[in-house]
Amino acid sequence: MPSLKDLKIRISSVTSTRKITSAMKMVAAAKLRRAQEQAEAARPYAERMEQVLGALAVAAEGRPGAPAMLAGTGRDDVHLLVVATADRGLCGGFNSSIVRAARARIRSLVEAGKTVKILCVGRKGRDQLRREYGKRIIDTMTDIGKPSLTYAHVESVADKVTRMFESGEFDVCTVIYNRFKSAMTQIVTQQQLIPFAAQEAEAGEPAVPAAGTLYEYEPEESEILDALLPKNICVQLFRALLENAASEQGARMTAMDSATRNAGDMIDNLSIQYNRARQAAITKELIEIISGAEAL
Amino acid sequence: MSDTIEFELVSPERLLVSEAVEMVVVPGSEGDFGVLGGHAPTVSSVRAGVIAVYEHGAVTARFFVAGGFAEVTPERCTVLADDAVPMGEIDRAAVEGTLPDLRDDVAAARDEVEKDAAEKALAIAEAKLAAVNAPVY
Repeated sequence: MPSLKDLKIRISSVTSTRKITSAMKMVAAAKLRRAQEQAEAARPYAERMEQVLGALAVAAEGRPGAPAMLAGTGRDDVHLLVVATADRGLCGGFNSSIVRAARARIRSLVEAGKTVKILCVGRKGRDQLRREYGKRIIDTMTDIGKPSLTYAHVESVADKVTRMFESGEFDVCTVIYNRFKSAMTQIVTQQQLIPFAAQEAEAGEPAVPAAGTLYEYEPEESEILDALLPKNICVQLFRALLENAASEQGARMTAMDSATRNAGDMIDNLSIQYNRARQAAITKELIEIISGAEAL
Repeated sequence: MSDTIEFELVSPERLLVSEAVEMVVVPGSEGDFGVLGGHAPTVSSVRAGVIAVYEHGAVTARFFVAGGFAEVTPERCTVLADDAVPMGEIDRAAVEGTLPDLRDDVAAARDEVEKDAAEKALAIAEAKLAAVNAPVY
């Protein structure tokens, strides 16, 4: 049975923890709203871009001389995984769910005899992957998007990926991130960036023009594709990181909300214990006094 | 020929317009082109300039775009702009104020990559100013 003093110390420590978690929850909620707006505003651009490229890819299919970024290098020996996580923890299962997906993917690729390279965006992903796959991590980028994520920030990441692809360092590039659905649910998503693969259109989206639509290009087709493809990488990464930022705040808000609630429950339990212990002490003292008086 | 065309203007940060209009004039890199309903499928790069939206033969909205791409199909015209602002939101004095800085950047650029980026930014600002100064008709 803990003493009264121990209980008091524990109650006060849990109370201050609750203060911290509830403050973090408020901060996350405020940041979430901003991040969510940004992520939702960026969705149309990324989706249209995908549609345009999807249409172009269909039109360019099977023609010789299609750019490698669209058609692939013809091999799939070397895979680059862009693992996008948060820089900070205390956001529930947010980071570990991404890392878990990344691990599963790495394992299946390695079993299939492929070479895997990892590009970590965010400190937490690196920390968790370093022990097992330290040699495969080629680079880590942290503190991207502080104080807020802009397109220019992402360009540096996209540039790196594009340069690596052009110098033939990998054949297939996939980005792993958490897609924001609501503050409660985030969906771990794997999106293939290179070679270009159109994702399945969501219901209600305008359909991609039927195969064989012939586009006129102004200027040349190759020039447009050369400019459009690296841009698509950038846009899709931008979208992924924005979704990730919103998901991170959502996950943190939910985690901190339940932490605050748990701390409250714990304080209640501890207070009951404290009061019982106090009453027991008083009763004990009374008994001592009474039995002392009776003995006289 | 259908009377209207679905016009969409999106920048990485937001969706600016998505509505059916009579005609849009897009500043393509090879020259301005007007898009009516039933236009031939086209993909064009877009230079820095002004997109004009026409309704009943008159301009109803104008947007400045800093470059990008346009995809045209018979039913829709989608412009993916690097940056887009309604003309009404451009502050002329602010644009003029950034010009000297941008010129300094070009002069101070140390390597080709920096110089390219600086020149691009300068060209966009100059195009923006030209767009503000151009007569509206």
